[in-house]
Amino acid sequence: MSGHHPSAPIAGQVRHIENLLEQRGVIAPGEIDHRIDALLAGGSPLNGARIVARAWTDPAFRDRLLADANTAIRELELSMGGGEELRLKVIANGPGEHHVVVCTLCSCYPTTLLGPSPTWYKSDAYRARVVRDPRGVLGDFDLELPADTRITVWDASAESRYMVLPRRPEGTDALTETELAALVTRNGLIGTALV
Amino acid sequence: MREAFNPGDRVRTTTFDPPGHTRLPRYARGAVGEIVERAGNHPRAEDRARGLPGEPQPVYHVRFRASDLFGSGDHTVTVELWQDYLEPLTNHDGNAAP
Repeated sequence: MSGHHPSAPIAGQVRHIENLLEQRGVIAPGEIDHRIDALLAGGSPLNGARIVARAWTDPAFRDRLLADANTAIRELELSMGGGEELRLKVIANGPGEHHVVVCTLCSCYPTTLLGPSPTWYKSDAYRARVVRDPRGVLGDFDLELPADTRITVWDASAESRYMVLPRRPEGTDALTETELAALVTRNGLIGTALV
Repeated sequence: MREAFNPGDRVRTTTFDPPGHTRLPRYARGAVGEIVERAGNHPRAEDRARGLPGEPQPVYHVRFRASDLFGSGDHTVTVELWQDYLEPLTNHDGNAAP
């Protein structure tokens, strides 16, 4: 189970296991740090924001993105990365419809498109509560949705990673794709905020 | 392993409590849901974690009503589940679960 606990007993246990694996030659010294660096390299919510801005300005791209996100994001020279590419599923908010993403079992997250996950995303409180009471959790993020908005929580429990396609804000018709991308926030891509 | 379910099919998750890790969240055990979409074929994560070969099997997005999972809530929860975790609903089950 993950969580933010630098001083917790589990952090010491992990260091101990890492040392043992290095001493026994299972992994090279520093290999875990290198792997983590490689995982995070290039990962940024700017990538997700670019995808959203393109979907807002190009309806055909939006359709391709919702049908097969892995293929569509290659048009922006993006990928989910990794040896065996993870499946990306993009879920679109709409009028009366809101989506929010969680990993209740650990902390699965589309790191290449959103960067490192926020601490709260990995917290036991968020993971346990958002599936049971999404309105309450979204309220903690100062996001109050109309009572008739249908909420779907997506639990990343297997091999897919999810990203929310937020609704395009009103009054942005004159903005360029680059200007639109600058409006998109990380929380908007997780579903804990609107854009 | 062939795909046993199609989008729209109603399924019940297993209640089997394995000795080790499972990617079937506890809150979704023994619950009735609906197949939303296929999500490819993969060996089960719990097999891979143990270094077992694990034959790839279909994975699905399965949607549950919060009221069926937790007894309250007007939202839905979509969980991604391996085919091994799912059983088809019999007619009896279907009648019992609207």
